[in-house]
Amino acid sequence: MNLTTNWLGLELQNPLVPSASPLSRSLDSAKALEDAGAGAIVMYSLFEEAVRAEEEGMSRFMHEQETGSAEAESFLPSHQDFPGELDRYLEQIASLKATLDIPIVASLNGVTASGWMTHAKEIADAGADALELNAYYVAADIWEEGHYVEQRYITLLNELQQQVSIPINMKLSPFFSSIGNMVKKLEMAGASGVSLFNRFYQPDIDIGGMRLQHVLTPTHSADALLTMRWIAMLHGRVECSLGATGGVHAAEDAIKVLLAGSDVVHLCYALLNNGPEEIGRIKKGIGEWMEQHGFEQLSDFRGSLSQVNVQDPAEYERLNYIRVLGSYDSPGGVWR
Amino acid sequence: MSPRQVTVDGNEAAARIAHLTNEVIAIYPITPASPMGEWADDWSATGVKNLWDTVPQVIEMQSEGGAAGAIHGALQTGALATSFTASQGLLLMIPNMYKIAGELTSTVLHVAARSLAVQALSIFGDHSDVMACRATGYAMLCSASVQEVQDFALIAQAATLVGRIPFLHFFDGFRTSHEIDKIYQVDHDTARAMLDEDLVVAHRRRALTPDRPVLRGSSQNPDVYFQGRESTNRYYAELPDLIAQVMARFGRLSGRHYGLFEYVGAPDAERVVMLMGSGIGAAEETVDTLVTRGEQVGLIKVRLFRPFSPRHLLAALPESVKSIAVLDRTKEPGADGEPLYKDVVTALAQAFAAGERTPMPQIIGGRFGLSSKEFTPGMVARVLAELTQERPKNPFTIGIHDDVNYLSLDWDAKFRPDAAHAVTRCIFYGLGSDGTVSANKNAIRIIGEATDQQVQGYFQYDSKKAGAITVSHLRYGMQAIRSTYLIGDGEADFVACHQPNFLARQDVLGKATPEGTFLLNSPVAPDAVWDSLPRHVQQQIVDKRLTMHVIDAYDIAGRNNLGRRINTIMQVCFFAITGVLDIGEAIARIKAMVEKTYGRKGRRLLERNFAAIDAALAGLHAVAVPAQVSSQIEMPPVVAANAPAFVRDVTAKLIAGRGDSLPVSAISADGTWPLGTAAYEKRQLALEIPRWEMDLCTHCGKCPLVCPHAAIRAKAFDAELAAGAPAGFLHTQIKGGKDFPPGTHISYQVAPDDCTGCGLCVEICPIRDRQNPQRKALNMVPIAAHREVEQANWDFFLGLPEFDRTTLKETTLKGAMIMQPLFEFSGACVGCGETPYIKLATQLFGDRMLIANATGCSSIYGGNLPTTPYTTNPDGRGPAWNNSLFEDNAEFGMGMRVAVDTQAEHARELLRKLAGEVDEALVEATLSAEQQSEAEIVEQRDRVESLKAKLATSSHPAARTLEGIADYLVKKSVWLIGGDGWAYDIGYGGVDHVLASGRDVNILVLDTEVYSNTGGQTSKATPLGAVAKFSAGGKPVVKKDLAMMAMAYGNVYVAQVAYGAKDVQVLRAFLDAESYPGPSLIIAYSPCIAHGIDLSDNLRQQGLAVNAGHWGLFRYDPRKTASGDNPLHLDSPEPNIPYRDFALSETRFAMLERTRPQVAEHFMKAAQRQIKNRFHFYEQLAHLAVGNNKDE
Repeated sequence: MNLTTNWLGLELQNPLVPSASPLSRSLDSAKALEDAGAGAIVMYSLFEEAVRAEEEGMSRFMHEQETGSAEAESFLPSHQDFPGELDRYLEQIASLKATLDIPIVASLNGVTASGWMTHAKEIADAGADALELNAYYVAADIWEEGHYVEQRYITLLNELQQQVSIPINMKLSPFFSSIGNMVKKLEMAGASGVSLFNRFYQPDIDIGGMRLQHVLTPTHSADALLTMRWIAMLHGRVECSLGATGGVHAAEDAIKVLLAGSDVVHLCYALLNNGPEEIGRIKKGIGEWMEQHGFEQLSDFRGSLSQVNVQDPAEYERLNYIRVLGSYDSPGGVWR
Repeated sequence: MSPRQVTVDGNEAAARIAHLTNEVIAIYPITPASPMGEWADDWSATGVKNLWDTVPQVIEMQSEGGAAGAIHGALQTGALATSFTASQGLLLMIPNMYKIAGELTSTVLHVAARSLAVQALSIFGDHSDVMACRATGYAMLCSASVQEVQDFALIAQAATLVGRIPFLHFFDGFRTSHEIDKIYQVDHDTARAMLDEDLVVAHRRRALTPDRPVLRGSSQNPDVYFQGRESTNRYYAELPDLIAQVMARFGRLSGRHYGLFEYVGAPDAERVVMLMGSGIGAAEETVDTLVTRGEQVGLIKVRLFRPFSPRHLLAALPESVKSIAVLDRTKEPGADGEPLYKDVVTALAQAFAAGERTPMPQIIGGRFGLSSKEFTPGMVARVLAELTQERPKNPFTIGIHDDVNYLSLDWDAKFRPDAAHAVTRCIFYGLGSDGTVSANKNAIRIIGEATDQQVQGYFQYDSKKAGAITVSHLRYGMQAIRSTYLIGDGEADFVACHQPNFLARQDVLGKATPEGTFLLNSPVAPDAVWDSLPRHVQQQIVDKRLTMHVIDAYDIAGRNNLGRRINTIMQVCFFAITGVLDIGEAIARIKAMVEKTYGRKGRRLLERNFAAIDAALAGLHAVAVPAQVSSQIEMPPVVAANAPAFVRDVTAKLIAGRGDSLPVSAISADGTWPLGTAAYEKRQLALEIPRWEMDLCTHCGKCPLVCPHAAIRAKAFDAELAAGAPAGFLHTQIKGGKDFPPGTHISYQVAPDDCTGCGLCVEICPIRDRQNPQRKALNMVPIAAHREVEQANWDFFLGLPEFDRTTLKETTLKGAMIMQPLFEFSGACVGCGETPYIKLATQLFGDRMLIANATGCSSIYGGNLPTTPYTTNPDGRGPAWNNSLFEDNAEFGMGMRVAVDTQAEHARELLRKLAGEVDEALVEATLSAEQQSEAEIVEQRDRVESLKAKLATSSHPAARTLEGIADYLVKKSVWLIGGDGWAYDIGYGGVDHVLASGRDVNILVLDTEVYSNTGGQTSKATPLGAVAKFSAGGKPVVKKDLAMMAMAYGNVYVAQVAYGAKDVQVLRAFLDAESYPGPSLIIAYSPCIAHGIDLSDNLRQQGLAVNAGHWGLFRYDPRKTASGDNPLHLDSPEPNIPYRDFALSETRFAMLERTRPQVAEHFMKAAQRQIKNRFHFYEQLAHLAVGNNKDE
């Protein structure tokens, strides 16, 4: 059984790639992911805000301690060797590269094209095989027009390209007027791949305290359907790599997005909930399914249910919407 | 290769040698020696090795006494060991110093010499502390400059190994310990060559070891003790020559030659001044100048004070000398001369008597420089001039105006030595927090490293912790700089004022020399800035023909997201204007310094700083100075015209920085100062102040409770009293009216000139406008538009009578907060976590409070001049306060309690005896008064007043005695206040003893979990895993559970509180503790800047600490057991957020996550476990069934 796949120009032994998560913070859990069969690892994200907050905090609490008191020029020990968020990230890349054989993809999470983008070069120098940019941008300004939002992504990509020559993967949210066009533009601008879709963690409201609260809601297999649709719509129409992310919890979910045309399948909550070994189980499930269906290698079926390949391409478009609504039955007792 | 030059201060110079040449370093923080311990700890924490290629062990002890004991033990066990200290810390080491010397043990103790606490504590420099050690048997070697500090530290280390006598190596606190100079650094080879390895081996061979067991420290009887004391004489006799040999060896190795006594001046000098320490610099400049002018004068620099070597002194002193002035930087009351003077007199008298020296010179002795009092060339010249008198004054003082004893010599303040003209002198006025001092330290290093010039930096700090003003004094020039005094009036070639509002408060340009340069940071445009200057500033600029430059550094900093950090911008201007360095190179070096600070970890900060640095020059403008003064802006009076006479005559001078001009008669002889003076020091620190929204407010009282500076107040009053209120005065019908008479109004009023703008009152305010949740019942507003209105309102508010305390419900916050705080406007940090507790205590009990205050932050913001925050109520009553020491505060407070009890008991006895003389019913009522409530206490006061009136008419002899002590019949509340450094560490033995005594005292521990005042050193209150000074790797053991230890006694009231988490519980605990008729202990969580948090988050952090279980809230009231109840009541729930969420919100924990993530994780888990276990332990204790003790 051959599960090899090409993603971002990298040869992977299989398409199962843990997405950015705390699992890559520890060498032990990263090794466990590799042992369980991960094709590559996307590292936890280096957040623009975290780097910035650390800078501000360091400035405020480490470098600006003086108050003018004769008895105390400072209040915390000085640490010239204080390793920052970035240092630790770079060290972790180097450690992962030294420990693991699979490709390591670094992940930057940020939205502004400012000084922190230069970190990309150090990330590449530290040995990362590729770089994922997770532009977690909430277009909250009602006067910011859609094309400006899109241009922001292109600009970020261009900035990154000036810094590094390793492949760049763009992790996108579904909130574009024309996702396909957005992906195409990014591809034309030089992106080696896209991952669909990033999830915005939505704030909730605590009605008791009448305040906002932040809760982490895990994904479910149903979340993979949106990803699957767009992978299916883009497969064969763009040349860059396609990664499916969000909602892949079981072998069935993975097979679906592969059928839709993804080059890799990202896993997150499945691993956080069930441990790194879950990769092995999903991989085994894919293998068994392939065997049942007589497939020898991924390319035998990948994209076979993509829009360009299905009999009725409209299935992926509005027709699907109409059918689904029509099939919905309310719970008993609800008038409709 | 020429020796490496470095730009360092005295503490760093001493610490480097100590760290290089020792294996065990026992430390304890004390100003101004703390940085030596911090350097040593920092180096060991980062693996810096000593000469023997091992990393010295640095251990923090619980006191200096402990450090001395640890050193003694380490030395006895063969290690090379050292310590650093000053002042009271040195006094605590004395017992061990006798032992160490008595056992002929080689060691060096480095001391940044500092004043002793006498009529007052002072952190500044003189030799009072080291002079108290002259009988210990230590050799005493004194350095006079930063270069010498380094050199003598090594010479002392070498000599102690040679001579076996321990050394006290000292230098002047602040003047030398904190002065930055460019020095030649001793390299490792020189250090190694100075220390004879055989002697090190010999030291180790003398160690106690079970392999070669001996006994030391025996107890001896009259038969041999005396002989034993005489057995060491030869070691002392030989030591001076041995030291001279070591100095000679050092001279060969380094090229720097020293002697035990060194003479400079005319070879045929007739008049000589003789002294030790930093004053030598000023003296040498003066003597050089006078010799050039043809005077036959000279200077003896005393290096070795003990063993005192007359032979070496006489060898150094020219035969021509006819008169000598010996200057001592210490005072020995009652002696007929200070120590150095007496030694010199004895040496010369003995030489004269022995016929070795004729004629006998005339010798006078004088005191100078106590507590870093300025010692200038003008003073030296005056002392030498006094020697020309036929009958020179002896003893004398120099540097003060003594209008009581008439001992002082007047001097010519305008005298300048020739050396003064060889240097460029620059002075900078900055805010403590704006980075001026650190920028100037960098500037002095840049000049030192980039040029051949010599440099000197000295910094004047502030005793205020909020809005501190710093003055930086920088000198540079091609010759060696020995000017060990401040840049004087009319001397500064360059004056920079980094805060425009200083111009109206200080005589900033008084220091400027004619034709000098003035740089001002001002938001006013260059073409308008002249008109913005006060009249006296314009006058000085015109009169002195100053060149003026202006820059809007705040604008540049703001545009580059640097907030109010203007230091690098001002630094560029300094270099551009002075031209000391090519500006391009200067900018490159400033950037390099910034880069070194932030490194690649702060790329954005680097970008911002670089952008600001690059923008500075374009923002710097020359100001056209008109020929005429035009300003109508006058300097406001320092204090209000209606201030009391003492405040106008004395306090105002202290506030204005003119305290040096006060004569002896202005200062009380016994250290007594009046209360309430902080109210006259209008510091105007706030940029924003709170504004009250009457329509929303529920009068809950939380805002006055949390205000660290008592700057927002509540007052209830009859509405009719507001008839004449200013138009803007806000007041409204008080809510919850049943507790108040009809028509009672309430006002929440801010003191606009005393508020520091911390915003905590707004933060705590629980009331929001439902229509507009951004609007609370208090909101911060920019002060500019409100200052004048609120000033008028505040004055009116103060004039309203205090509400009748006896009718207030003190168990509610609303009621308690209407009580007048008798602790206001302290110098504590903006957002201080400690002061609200003290303020609360004064509101509840201030009019009958005695306070024993341990040394620390609370004694500084509570008792550091110029003003005191403790104040009185309209009856003139208020807290009576004293600070004894750091280590003895519990005992000090207990002494107060015992004295109160004794005098009260004596009064009761006399009262019974005099019952017939006065009204028997009154006597009975007085004796039986419960005094449990405020009303009952007021009634008792009335009875005592009646009693005193009756006593006045009695002729019974006992009536006079009773009159004197009758006030003790009114209940007194004794409070022992201090920080965790006191209660957990240095004073724990005393705290424990007082708790065990059963006496009715109230101990308030303001727990910041570090030594806050000296800069955040670890205490036993520091939590597991927290990074603090001396615990750079995270504190490896859990915080001591002081509450549990106190509860173990069973008869101690114990409460653990945090006002930002549960305010009513704090109020309850204070009332409980005070009413409890035995010892009470309140441990109060006090967020501090040392936690690495912004104190505007103070309240949030308290909430997190409690919710995470880091800080449990509870009260343990032994009274409850009488009714069969469990005495322990938990006031906080089971921890409900992960400890990590609390810990990572504070830099003290979070930084370990960065430096040692695995260790941090280990601590995090261990702390979480410990919190869980402790909570369950407390919970079980709180639920234990308690036997009914009623029948016992």
